[in-house]
Amino acid sequence: MRSVIDILDLTVEEITDLIATADDIIANPAKYAEKCHGKKLATLFFEPSTRTRLSFEAAMYELGGHVIGFSEAQSSSAAKGESIADTVRTVSCYADIIAMRHPKEGAPLVASMKSGVPVINAGDGGHNHPTQTLADLLTIHREKGRFSGLTVGLCGDLKFGRTVHSLINALSRYEDVRFVLISPNELVLPEYMKTEVLERKNLTYRETTDLEEAMPELDILYMTRVQRERFFNEADYIRLKDSYILTPDKLLNAKSDLCIMHPLPRVGEIAGSVDDDPRACYFKQVLYGKYMRMALILKLLEVA
Amino acid sequence: MVIDSIKNGIVIDHIQSGRSMELYRLLNLDRLKCSVAIIKNAPSDKMGRKDIIKIDEVLDVDLDMLGYIDPGATVNIIRDGVLVEKRHLELPEQVENVIFCKNPRCIVTSEREISHIFRLSDRERGVYRCIYCETEGKRSEEE
Repeated sequence: MRSVIDILDLTVEEITDLIATADDIIANPAKYAEKCHGKKLATLFFEPSTRTRLSFEAAMYELGGHVIGFSEAQSSSAAKGESIADTVRTVSCYADIIAMRHPKEGAPLVASMKSGVPVINAGDGGHNHPTQTLADLLTIHREKGRFSGLTVGLCGDLKFGRTVHSLINALSRYEDVRFVLISPNELVLPEYMKTEVLERKNLTYRETTDLEEAMPELDILYMTRVQRERFFNEADYIRLKDSYILTPDKLLNAKSDLCIMHPLPRVGEIAGSVDDDPRACYFKQVLYGKYMRMALILKLLEVA
Repeated sequence: MVIDSIKNGIVIDHIQSGRSMELYRLLNLDRLKCSVAIIKNAPSDKMGRKDIIKIDEVLDVDLDMLGYIDPGATVNIIRDGVLVEKRHLELPEQVENVIFCKNPRCIVTSEREISHIFRLSDRERGVYRCIYCETEGKRSEEE
């Protein structure tokens, strides 16, 4: 019985296998339509996250399975003060696999230690969100055909942005990946990510505050949202949220095969006028997220 | 200063000067019925000054805890007045309920029954991180 709490819970080989499965699902959806017949996914969402929940639910339905669960803590027994351990022990009796979103960091790990069925972390506060990273990896792989040798620009909130940290962790296991870290000084990548991940693995990176200056060298541009809920201070949020907005004119010096990504939802970081640019990949990324969740459910249920 | 030598027991030597009381507390030595001697600021060729704890009984010392608090300490086991074993310590891979996570966003700060577990993430710098939220652990005197 396996759980996936952190993207690093999966080996490089396992990620390669998941990508291969996702590719096969995209090519032959009918082959997978009944793979999870009779199986139940429990979506335990202790905080609302419509897109992630719908992605998991769509993934399970497309595999022929069923979905049970709740979409906010108020409608669960957590509102009565039940512990996570007791909730998952109970849900393990009903479901074959659990996808859990929780506002507290580490809650899905606690769940996985007590659960009788696999737990997938569907986001724990500002910490991990491995299935988003799987979506990111499939997007990069389908757009670029490889991970090694790419220059990846990460732009926006690099301090609190969990998707950025997970993506760096995931890509740091491939050879010759170069990072350009584009952020305001207030939201730079935490020091430990530089010393314990990038520098330990001898990866090349540079930091800049200027998106346009970095643009020409990028193969991937990963934009992120400056999230209101990660700030303790409203004034800081308002001052920084519009720091980095991608517009068509900023793309003039970009490579013709640049891949523009965003974990969504966006709140103005990418102008709507960029959506028609063939380099915009963020809605494909959403779709790929569903396929990677399907691949992961199959793997953890051992029905692939 | 003369302290009786031990016949059967443990000598925790090469403790960083000033840390013996912290070890005494964390290893629950106050609960022992046997003699326990704490020697503070003893002269040392290697360390200048060091602390020593002598325990007049052979017991299971929590070496992980000890290694975390003072990886430079040594544990000597004495039987029938003879040194039978000398253990050098190192930072343990994991410690439980030794460091406490203070991150208000971490699950351990809202569910009190969960053990606070920290894992060694950088041996060179001695950095431990909470397994739940990855916040760096602070030793009590660093806070």
